[in-house]
Amino acid sequence: MTDTAIEIREFLTVALRRPVAPDEDYFALGLADSLFALELVVFVEERFDIRIEVDDLDLDSFRTAERIAALVERKRAGLATGGETGAGRAVRG
Amino acid sequence: MPSAASATRPATQDAPAAALVDAAAELAAAVRGEAGRWDEHGALPDEAVRAVAAAGLLGLDLPARHGGAGATPAQLGEAVAHLGGVCGALRALLTVQGMTAAALLRWGGEAQRAHWLPALASGDLLAGFAATEREAGSALAEVGTRIEDDGEQVVVTGAKRWVTFGQSADVFLVLGRTDAGPTAVLVEGDRPGIVREPVTGQLGLRAARIAHLTFDRVRVPRENLVAPPGLGLTHTAAVALDHGRFTVAWGCVGMAEACLADAAEHAARRVQGGAPLADHQLVRSLLARSAVDAAGARALAERAAEARAGSPLGAATETVVAKYAAAGAAKAVADRAVQVLGSAGCEPGSRAGRFYRDAKVLEIIEGSPQVAELHIAERLLRQGVRG
Repeated sequence: MTDTAIEIREFLTVALRRPVAPDEDYFALGLADSLFALELVVFVEERFDIRIEVDDLDLDSFRTAERIAALVERKRAGLATGGETGAGRAVRG
Repeated sequence: MPSAASATRPATQDAPAAALVDAAAELAAAVRGEAGRWDEHGALPDEAVRAVAAAGLLGLDLPARHGGAGATPAQLGEAVAHLGGVCGALRALLTVQGMTAAALLRWGGEAQRAHWLPALASGDLLAGFAATEREAGSALAEVGTRIEDDGEQVVVTGAKRWVTFGQSADVFLVLGRTDAGPTAVLVEGDRPGIVREPVTGQLGLRAARIAHLTFDRVRVPRENLVAPPGLGLTHTAAVALDHGRFTVAWGCVGMAEACLADAAEHAARRVQGGAPLADHQLVRSLLARSAVDAAGARALAERAAEARAGSPLGAATETVVAKYAAAGAAKAVADRAVQVLGSAGCEPGSRAGRFYRDAKVLEIIEGSPQVAELHIAERLLRQGVRG
């Protein structure tokens, strides 16, 4: 596990008050309350000095510690795709 | 509907934010004598809405690049307290506009921000936040309004309740659901299929032009979806509600301070049985408790403002704390003010009497005290995990 993933796991473990495995989907487990997503985004932005835009918010990018770490690494490497707006995506289902 | 694209350059762009706080104070002072009548007639008049917009107050905390004045959270709070101390509907106008703008600033795409934010900042478009339903109040995850893709557009169908400025808003930020879960979408108010049912005679905020809304297969472009489907509550609505709690908190600070001033003035002047009310120790007790409640509410609102400006990690919780404390203070101070004012507090047009009703509503909306307590305690318990 990368240092980034370890830090994110530590945040999640404190915020959710239970150990969170790197690949555990804490949203699906119902562990998150109504302000958790807001706090998680702020933590990731502050700690890793990146800006999360709506284009980074596909349904899966914040689901597990590993995926958040991967997003952070992509953003830091400047590889994250930008420019496209979050609007206009097809409604799923 | 006014075209968002042709929004005029708002006055806010050139005015420093500090001057706008003064403008809010002046506007509040100018309409102080009117607010009671607005409440009795059940509507904030259009001229008052235009005056708030013309003063540049609707885009107060938006960045200049989106037509706002770039005010700090503390400046926004002070301005809202000035308006809130005079009229709950004026404060509510800033609250709902700010909620929608904050959600778009945070989770709108660049094209959405460019399209909507300057018009919201200038007041060319007035927004409403349509989340609550009959079966979804505090539990907004239960919203039943459907947002479906018909292949060309998205179609919105559902019934929303208690939409502040729902009678008059130009655009609604609607929380509904797709198969992916809660989803937020902007619905222009002039789309076919929207029915607005004005709400009158409710306990408080009677001038806030509240309406119940029905959306009957209202079609909007896909570009109106805000953030990906499934994130409408955890992301879009969460940001809107967080901003709303902050301005409600500061509005409550203004209400508590106004009620304290009215009670103190009355106690000093009103003579009964040859003695001013203020000579009675029990009356002084009421005033002292109110002074401490009002000061405590302001201090916690300032703490939330500092957190939002400086260390945003704890800002959401600090904002819950501030709203919880300030709404409680507004309710308690208004209650004591009516007590001290006696019949004068009960007569039509009494500010304390109006705020007594409004404060109870504000205690319930944007997070009831019970929901706030759960949240505050949960954050406290985290510290145990941290060790």
